[in-house]
Amino acid sequence: MGNILVADGLTKRFGDHTALNQVSLEIPKNAIYGLLGPNGAGKTTFIRIINQITYPDQGQVFFDGEPLQPHHIAQIGYLPEERGLYKSMKVGEQALYLAQLKGLSKAEAKSRLKYWFERLEIGDWWHKKVQELSKGMAQKIQFIVTVLHKPKLLIFDEPFSGFDPINANVIKDEILQLKEDGTSIIFSTHRMESVEELCEYIALIHKSHKILDGKLADIKETYKQNLFDVGLGITSGTDNLLSEMGSKAKIITHKFDRGRNQLDFRVQLNSTETGDLLAYLSAKGNVNGFTEVVPSANEIFIQTIAERNE
Amino acid sequence: MSKLGLIIKREYMAKVRNRSFVVMTFLSPLLMVGMIVLIAYLAKVNEGEQRVITILNESGYFEGDFNNTEALSYIVLDQMDLETAKDSTLNLDYYGLLYIPNRNGDMEESAAQAYFYTRESPNTGVLTGLEAKFQKRLRLGRLQKLGVSEGDFEHIEADFELQTESFSGHQNLKGINEIKAIIGGMFGYLIMMFIIIYGSFVMRSVIEEKTSRIIEVIISSVKPFQLMMGKIIGTSMAGITQFVIWVVSGGVLLFASSLIFGFDLMELQGGAGMASQAMELQGMEGFDEKIMLYGAEIWQLPWALMLISFIIYFVLGYFIYSSIYAAIGAAVDNETDTQQFMLPVILPLMLAIYIGFFSVFSNPHGPIAVIFSLIPLTSPIVMLMRLPAGLGEGGVAYWEFFTSIFLLLASFLAIVWLAAKIYRVGILMYGKKPSYRELYKWLRY
Repeated sequence: MGNILVADGLTKRFGDHTALNQVSLEIPKNAIYGLLGPNGAGKTTFIRIINQITYPDQGQVFFDGEPLQPHHIAQIGYLPEERGLYKSMKVGEQALYLAQLKGLSKAEAKSRLKYWFERLEIGDWWHKKVQELSKGMAQKIQFIVTVLHKPKLLIFDEPFSGFDPINANVIKDEILQLKEDGTSIIFSTHRMESVEELCEYIALIHKSHKILDGKLADIKETYKQNLFDVGLGITSGTDNLLSEMGSKAKIITHKFDRGRNQLDFRVQLNSTETGDLLAYLSAKGNVNGFTEVVPSANEIFIQTIAERNE
Repeated sequence: MSKLGLIIKREYMAKVRNRSFVVMTFLSPLLMVGMIVLIAYLAKVNEGEQRVITILNESGYFEGDFNNTEALSYIVLDQMDLETAKDSTLNLDYYGLLYIPNRNGDMEESAAQAYFYTRESPNTGVLTGLEAKFQKRLRLGRLQKLGVSEGDFEHIEADFELQTESFSGHQNLKGINEIKAIIGGMFGYLIMMFIIIYGSFVMRSVIEEKTSRIIEVIISSVKPFQLMMGKIIGTSMAGITQFVIWVVSGGVLLFASSLIFGFDLMELQGGAGMASQAMELQGMEGFDEKIMLYGAEIWQLPWALMLISFIIYFVLGYFIYSSIYAAIGAAVDNETDTQQFMLPVILPLMLAIYIGFFSVFSNPHGPIAVIFSLIPLTSPIVMLMRLPAGLGEGGVAYWEFFTSIFLLLASFLAIVWLAAKIYRVGILMYGKKPSYRELYKWLRY
């Protein structure tokens, strides 16, 4: 399938400040790639380099196999975090202007805009001035303008900020649909909930370094600690159950409901092997809950950064 | 359409559709013409006022020296004492009373005791006029004592004017250098006004893109340099549109109002300074002939050269300054922060105008005029003031002209390059209070 974008050893300095330090990333085609990191980590600098707004001091970027060149701009759609529109310009005119700057002809831009305006149910905004729109409304226009020229690569920097939950959902569905249609998407954010839902791949950037990247599922696999949440309906005696179990595995937390004779606990095993524990528990009662605890992206994020800072 | 074309078109449309721009475009000529009409009207009213002075002359001298003019008329009082004369002058609401007593029948002593009574302290012009009349009569009297006849006196008093001619045998006219410099100065002034008005439009439009946060959306599609140039060109085209509307509608309005209100357009121009200088320098004799000569002289100015170099200096000068304005706009977050950067921009312009008026007028080809017509930031204005004298012998030396244009072109490239660098970094910087040091750092990013 190949990569839509390969960054090789990107370094960018602003005076004494190093914004990116030897960052290499491979962004696969037709997937949603989460670019994560705290504020000021260097995400925006990375994205600006892809958009050729700034240029790296060292390193190279390849777009679809070719070294990145100015004409690739037409293949990229970018929704920056700091985004706005001309306040005194009419919505339709403005969208046409921005689309034409991306290289669409006027007629083509117009027909595609019509389609998108209807799709997002904002057809009657065409002659409105931007200053009459609410923030969320303006965000919709910006989203449309970003995707209008059907780029191969879409870059969304905090796309949901400024949206109410309903419209955020609308946009999320649109993003997923775009992915279905074959577009590669870079999704930059520091809000982890949306990462879990959308991203197939992630990279974590912290203090100008890339500290983690890969398939989200694989990363989770390496970060899990053989933790299990267990629910046990006890049928035999409860005496010494906890201490007995403690010799087999490490109990992290537990809660005993005396009325129902129900014990809920979290346990950490030495391996992924669960047979022993289950056999022991089955003898003690009915196992009514047994789930592996997989770390959330947020936990991985916080943990890795905490390790880094140590 | 190319991206640059698109940007120019958008900037142009955004400007000319702006409500305040439209209002200014159509209101300014009205205001200007209204002001000129008002000034002309007031001047006329002022001129039309005739002052009346009563004279009580007991000395027996100075009779016949006080002749009525357009602005002053005299009424000779007779057979009354000073108090009555004062009272009646006051009652009749005349401007003043000139009292010349009789002291021993002596002219000098009588004149020494002469008084001019007015309600308030008298107008300097009137006073000087009266004094001059005394002076002339007294001088005549003194010279007559020395045995000089009245005829000789007139002869002595006759004015003298030095005839002038250039080496090539061309008749030189007094004040023609000033007239030339004024014509050149108008071109220079036009450039300055244009730069100040539309340069700050460019700046504001950059700031608007920054504060509305659209800038990053745009420069992910176009190069910052394209955006900056498109903005400068679009704004200047809007500016030229406005200027043309101003000139045409102003001209029409002025012409119409001169017909309606009956002002003489030539007179108005005189008020504006051009013809008046020429007229002041004339005796009355040969007036028409002289006017013809001046007209011919102005007609013979190297208009083609002046227009071509006006366009060259205008374009280059405007681009230099407006790219500086664009860089300033990019460096700041809002308009109030621009103050610290404005002075260094306005200063060379002001300097050029002052140099022009104080140095080029009196000595168009002197060292100061030459130096400042070479320095790129002042040359658009100063050189244009020198150019009416022509190129080559007697005018601006060829090397000066071409060096000046070359330097302007070189610094145009350098400044636009530097400004573009600051612009490129600045448009993406928020919340940083820029200092000159910060700007220097940006140049190296």
